Amino acid sequence: MRFVFKTDYDQDIRLLKHSGYWWSYGVLLAVLIAFPYLVGSYLQSQIVFVFIYAIVGVALIILTGFTGQASLGHAAFLAIGAYTAGFLQSQGISFIVYFPAAAIITGAVGAMVGFPALRLSGIYLVIATIAFAFIVEEILARWESVTHGNEGMRVRAIDFLGQPIPRDGDAFYFLCLLVLVGSILLAQNLLRSPTGRAFIAIRDSETAAKSMGIDLAGYKVKSFAISAALTGMAGVLFAHKMSFISPEMFTLLLSIEFIMVIIIGGAFGVHGAVLGAIFIVMVDPFLTALKDDVPVLGASLATTLGMAPDAAGKLRDTMSAIGSAAGLKGAIYGLIIMMFILFEPYGLYGRWLKVKLFFQLFPLYKKATFKRQKTYVKSERNR
Amino acid sequence: MSFFTVDRISLQFGGLKAVDSVSFSVEKGEIFTIIGPNGAGKTSIFNLISRLYDPTSGKLFFEGRDITEVPSHQIAKLGIARTFQNIELFENASMLANLLVGRHCHATTQLWQEILFLPSVRRAEKEHRRKVEEVIEFLDLQAYRDKLIAGLPYGVRKVVEVARALCSQPKLILLDEPSSGLNVEETDDMSFWIRDIRTELGVTVLMVEHDMTLVNRVSDRVLALNYGKVLASGTPAEVQAHPDVIAAYLGA
Repeated sequence: MRFVFKTDYDQDIRLLKHSGYWWSYGVLLAVLIAFPYLVGSYLQSQIVFVFIYAIVGVALIILTGFTGQASLGHAAFLAIGAYTAGFLQSQGISFIVYFPAAAIITGAVGAMVGFPALRLSGIYLVIATIAFAFIVEEILARWESVTHGNEGMRVRAIDFLGQPIPRDGDAFYFLCLLVLVGSILLAQNLLRSPTGRAFIAIRDSETAAKSMGIDLAGYKVKSFAISAALTGMAGVLFAHKMSFISPEMFTLLLSIEFIMVIIIGGAFGVHGAVLGAIFIVMVDPFLTALKDDVPVLGASLATTLGMAPDAAGKLRDTMSAIGSAAGLKGAIYGLIIMMFILFEPYGLYGRWLKVKLFFQLFPLYKKATFKRQKTYVKSERNR
Repeated sequence: MSFFTVDRISLQFGGLKAVDSVSFSVEKGEIFTIIGPNGAGKTSIFNLISRLYDPTSGKLFFEGRDITEVPSHQIAKLGIARTFQNIELFENASMLANLLVGRHCHATTQLWQEILFLPSVRRAEKEHRRKVEEVIEFLDLQAYRDKLIAGLPYGVRKVVEVARALCSQPKLILLDEPSSGLNVEETDDMSFWIRDIRTELGVTVLMVEHDMTLVNRVSDRVLALNYGKVLASGTPAEVQAHPDVIAAYLGA
């Protein structure tokens, strides 16, 4: 185990706390830069989706993980970013302009959604954000002069100062990586400065935050605006990656996927966004494979075990019927969320930290180290 | 005019008068204690001062300024910090982060500067840290810097709360039952610290306390409340000898 000898306040402020961090993040960055040259186009495209989901994950971690304000409306912020890009591009505006413009517009909308958050909390806030998402979906479907309604909208490849960036090229991969690294840095910088600490204070005790001089209204709105702006940027990338956007892409299920990113990854640290995004993006091809391969595999296994061919065929049909049943994906998602909340509320990142600690302390690790304890009951909340 | 004055303040919840026309004033450099049986309105007065509640009538003056209408998040900036009876720390943050939140009212950096973490932000952060370290030194909290609050024992949390309040460099500190839940030894430490807060840091102390030994040991003046009304005020000995106070505690 490493013990850092601290002689300077800078050591607590800097992001890479010691040389081990330089090594591990350096290797990670090198691998990410080498990826496009190592993997096939399908996997590269999946990784781009991981990046986009991770950006939204970082945004949600700022809002939910740090500030403690839940949102099921992030698909709507993604949609606003995506449609801003699509519309402004069709007006002949350059990427350099509409990329930040999408962030600013989505951020402004986010701030407006933040106002009800001043009065609402918990489940009521979730309902308010769902309502917001439905309103946005409806507007996208109806405002045909801008969004082309339910027909959807083509989004051409990015034109970066006359240089086209095709959606499945290496340049697009690096653009997404750059935006992800940027948003992670933004989150980490916030976390080590007064604003991020104010967010955490609001999450843990609004009363105490108020008495410490934190303006709850201002910081909640700021948190919503930052989170929405990041999601808007992800929306621009999403629109270009999909090359076609329509209202039914930005449904409640997408918002739920985003929430899953942080529940599965772990909402208490930015690492969780990336781990959760990997999980969510990769679970989809896995489910598809399950749908196609498992019935065939099961049937052939049954035949080898001596089942009659027609009975095995029936078995295969039943299994594929179950596999392609409507709502199976939602059910599996629900199950995964419940499992994580029950057994690993700190998500994959929390699990990773525990495994790391186990090896660091190796012979001395105590079984009860992470046992959750009852803490002192709070009363007299001045809500 | 006194350093801090409460002028005929009342707080009414429906038909219940939690605080009924209470007046008192605290001089600079004093340790002033409010005592009273449960439900007497002591914590309500604190919540009125830190502006978590709006008074039904009456006024509050701090350093000659009327603070009755000041929003609660600006109270800290004026120089009034407080602790809570049922510890309100930020549980899932390290002690250091908790104390740094105490510095929030002195934050000068803008959001965009923080997002880029400009050198000015780094400088400000180090300055905050220096101030926090002074408080850590003062209250002997060196061992807990990077510990999460959720993992600290009750007695330490109580001290951390005082530390967080001190980090805002207040002129007046409100301590809501600083010794509740502490053992004899910890209460002893607390009484020394309360005196040191006054004499070494020059902070005026206004506290609510039940432990009469602690009250006698540190207070300059005491105010006794019952049912939201002032029973008596004066030195600790005077108040304890007052017949109304004895009646309130022991029954007439």
